[in-house]
Amino acid sequence: MTTVIEKNQKNGRLEVGTPLLEVKDLHVEFHTRDGVAKAVNGVNYSVAAGETLAVLGESGSGKSVTAQTIMGILDMPPGKISQGQILFRGQDMLAMSEEDRRQIRGQKIAMIFQDALSSLNPVMTVGAQLGEMFRVHRGSSKKEAREKAIELMERVRIPAARQRVGDYPHQFSGGMRQRIMIAMALSMEPDLIIADEPTTALDVTVQAQVMDLLAELQAEYNMGLILITHDLGVVADVADKIAVMYAGRIVETAPVHELYANPAHPYTKGLLRSIPRLDQKGQELYAIKGLPPNLLKVPAGCAFNPRCDVATDLCRTEIPKLHQVSDKDGKELTGRRSACHLWKETLHG
Amino acid sequence: MSDTITKGAEAPSGDNTPKVSTEKKQKPERVASLWSDALRDLRRNPIFIIGAALVSFLIILAVVPGWFTDGSPFDNNACDLADSLKRPSAEHWFGFDVQGCDIYTRTVWGARNSIIVGVLTTSMVTLVGALLGLLAGWKGGIVDSILSRFTEIFFSIPLLLGGMLIMSMLGKGNAWTVSVVMTVLGWPQIFRIMRASVLANKNNDYVMAARALGAGAGRITFRHILPNAIAPVIVVSAISLGVYIGAEAALSYLGIGVQPPEISWGLMISDASVRFLDAPHVLLFPSAVLSVTVLAFIMLGDAVRDALDPKLR
Repeated sequence: MTTVIEKNQKNGRLEVGTPLLEVKDLHVEFHTRDGVAKAVNGVNYSVAAGETLAVLGESGSGKSVTAQTIMGILDMPPGKISQGQILFRGQDMLAMSEEDRRQIRGQKIAMIFQDALSSLNPVMTVGAQLGEMFRVHRGSSKKEAREKAIELMERVRIPAARQRVGDYPHQFSGGMRQRIMIAMALSMEPDLIIADEPTTALDVTVQAQVMDLLAELQAEYNMGLILITHDLGVVADVADKIAVMYAGRIVETAPVHELYANPAHPYTKGLLRSIPRLDQKGQELYAIKGLPPNLLKVPAGCAFNPRCDVATDLCRTEIPKLHQVSDKDGKELTGRRSACHLWKETLHG
Repeated sequence: MSDTITKGAEAPSGDNTPKVSTEKKQKPERVASLWSDALRDLRRNPIFIIGAALVSFLIILAVVPGWFTDGSPFDNNACDLADSLKRPSAEHWFGFDVQGCDIYTRTVWGARNSIIVGVLTTSMVTLVGALLGLLAGWKGGIVDSILSRFTEIFFSIPLLLGGMLIMSMLGKGNAWTVSVVMTVLGWPQIFRIMRASVLANKNNDYVMAARALGAGAGRITFRHILPNAIAPVIVVSAISLGVYIGAEAALSYLGIGVQPPEISWGLMISDASVRFLDAPHVLLFPSAVLSVTVLAFIMLGDAVRDALDPKLR
């Protein structure tokens, strides 16, 4: 466990590869009138400085709940963290006082939300909202904050930043608004950014621009990035490693290219097969049958078994552990894990 | 927290805010950018200009009635029974009432009580209602339940009926007691609007985003939720200002509001109503002034509402 992190002397940023965040055995449940929904069931993942972790999953797979738990903005109640640790640079954030956590939020870990329009306060100018970060956290004067806001807007390449600093969020286009959200998240030069579906609300060309900008700024600041998405296309270019979530569990983790080339879980395999491809034009597109499980009634055994093509009796009774995956010769593949009883058959067969 | 908030109030444009609007809202200057923009909009709005001009005039009338008339209604020698019910003339624009007193002088001096009741009641109602509404909406749960049930008790009492009951129990009324009684009966309306507005706003993504960026509860409440939630409260407050002035007139008309020898438009209307057929002008002038006053505040409230909603721009 690293408690003291050496800062890179040159620019005050963390060295690439410094462990930043480690989520250990996190369990989150929601107490509703109909019962307890287990949204997150023992999630483990870690991110280091300069690294991008993509968390992939359908709606309701627990990816956003995990992110909100890390940020400490989960509504409790109805949410409840029943178990687990979230270590940020060695310190358990779940054991911290609310005031200490607030100091981390925004300054050390920042978040980018899906819908930039509703995530910006409609009655404040973007300049005031960007500047607010400096006034709250750095005690800047109004004038300094405004200058900083303009600087940030230029950083995220908003044209005519000086003229537009007094505009309201609704006066910007979707892509520009998302840039403003990115600027806001970057303002305190955090160590880690959590982007919750940052491009879902944007159209495809703008998606690419925003992702490029995010990746570029990440590299510049050596930030860790957790990219939450359901879009396999967004992930491929920018992520270093991927964690695939299903029904509140991580079902597979792998370095990005290995996962695309050779998935070790039937769910991942199904996801990859359901991407439309040019060389399969005219053929019917594959779809994973069935629906994601109701979190109030998760199937016994592997949660994916009712939708799985290869499920056996074992899958219906026993919850699979996250196995270390190895190649045909039995050599362990670093960073590759799969929560499938049949990972060997899936990977090698 | 509080120091950053006060810094926000130092906007240069804050000083230009019209008198009335600062009186009836609670500390809106915090969000300098929003309010200075609203002000720019308001300056171009003819409805606002007319409303504001009328309201400013009425306030001046209330503060220094001596500028507009040489006479004083409290001077016993000013009225001459020989002038009783005389029609308007070049010297006496509004004519004379049954006691032979100049109606113009009385109308001018009567503005004070009406404006005091209107402004005071609205300020107190808005302050109490908005703060409790903010608390209930933001805290939710048991705090909300208790406050809401408590509010419903007051809400079930009609303003005028409750006002009549309490005022007749208190005996001799004046502008201050009328204001307090109407505040007691009037705050639930603002409470409900504020609570609903806070509930609608607190689950917005930008509140979550503000939390994710490290904002504390105070900053989120006053800088993000309040400015977004306050607009409907301001509109209703401005419009109810007119209603309270009307209610004061009604209570005085019934003889349980402002008491003679104090002057109020309600009292004047009450006195005049019995002789409406033979001397309509005695009724006409105080009634017309009362209507114009109520209208002016409603116009002002409407214009402010439009200016405060950036989405309407």
